[in-house]
Amino acid sequence: MVGIIDYGVGNLFSLKSSFEAIGQEVFVSGDAAQLAKADRLILPGVGAFGDAAEKLRQSGLDAFVRQAAAKGTPLMGICLGMQLLFEESHEYGCHKGLGLLKGKVVPMQPEGLKIPHIGWNSLHKTQDSPLLSGVKEGDFVYFVHSFHAQGCEDSLVAVTDYGMTVTAAVQKGNVMGCQFHPEKSGQVGLAILKAFAEAKL
Amino acid sequence: MITKRIIPCLDVKNGRVVKGVNFQGLSDVSSPVELGKYYSDCGADELVFYDITASAEGRKLFTDILTQVASTIFIPLTVGGGINTVEDFDRVLKCGADKVSVNSGAIRNPQLITDAARRYGDQCVVISADVKRVDGVFRVFAKGGRENTGMEAISWIKSCVDRGAGEVVLNSIDTDGVKKGFDIEMLDAVCNAVNVPVIASGGAGSQQDFVELFQKLPKVDAGLAASVFHFGEIAIADLKRTLRDNNINVRL
Repeated sequence: MVGIIDYGVGNLFSLKSSFEAIGQEVFVSGDAAQLAKADRLILPGVGAFGDAAEKLRQSGLDAFVRQAAAKGTPLMGICLGMQLLFEESHEYGCHKGLGLLKGKVVPMQPEGLKIPHIGWNSLHKTQDSPLLSGVKEGDFVYFVHSFHAQGCEDSLVAVTDYGMTVTAAVQKGNVMGCQFHPEKSGQVGLAILKAFAEAKL
Repeated sequence: MITKRIIPCLDVKNGRVVKGVNFQGLSDVSSPVELGKYYSDCGADELVFYDITASAEGRKLFTDILTQVASTIFIPLTVGGGINTVEDFDRVLKCGADKVSVNSGAIRNPQLITDAARRYGDQCVVISADVKRVDGVFRVFAKGGRENTGMEAISWIKSCVDRGAGEVVLNSIDTDGVKKGFDIEMLDAVCNAVNVPVIASGGAGSQQDFVELFQKLPKVDAGLAASVFHFGEIAIADLKRTLRDNNINVRL
């Protein structure tokens, strides 16, 4: 069963619906005791890093997420949720992340292109990962973001090109993340969610 | 490489799509869920749903429909029509919309953009502007293009982006319905004024019009149309192949 962590950031309707659409049992909760019953966890997130990190701390779910990751529960961060997995972010100041993955989140500065990076862009795999088992080289996924992770070579599994090389997906053991929105990326996105839900790690 | 987006727009009244024709394999052409799914399967990159209902009952029907759409279609969804307050944002976002488009509501109260962007993020707020030349000046029209606000369009759009609108839909009243191509001159003026994605609307009559749009204005991010898609004059899958054959990056 997939548990979606609700810490008051963002809209979880589509995420929940997309797991239902691929036949996975799923629930949304902000309660650590409930979430502990899930055998896989999703850390979602939209908005600003500092606010989200603060909300996660206030809810006490940061400790829960760290414990679950340490126990080996498969954990996937999506968009800002992925960024929270890293050590720190330089979005309007310096904020501490969960530190589950090595690397930091920095502003994107693509030459001559608009920020935020909005739209469908192609994935290029840099390493084999169970998360991307259903993804072909060049498959398109939907991005909406202005910051991305850097210094995460040891967990990097896919990048995209937006006037610069952008971190698109990461995985290290049971901890993984997508900068793009799999729940808004059509069939490719659903294949990634399915791979996450079924991956033997 | 980022791709150019092709976006069909569906007008919904009392829970049903207005102006549709029969596509093969589509049993109910007026069902927003069926038509939305059909477009998504054909390669539409995003869907826009405009609620043109006036009544409260119709509004409720619209959100019910939206919930169904968002449970079955997993591409970005933008919702517009009757968005006047932050509560209206909340109402449609809870049903699975990703972006909310404001038009007359922002003209009446520009603070709506600021408040919504602060609460939901810039990426969530789309400013939609109906613009028409009056004595050689681009003017903003309200109430579905019926009322001249007297405001100069480029500075209006720029002020909306400064307030936090993360995307612009520019609908040229001058080219809308004419089917002779997008309003390149007007779009160029907007693209040069803002640094957020610009979606072109109004005037598409043929596949070539989209080719011309993206070739002449590489800064335009997406093309939006309604009737040419609904009446089957342009099939989205064909359009995307044509764009690719003209070296325009699209998702296939």
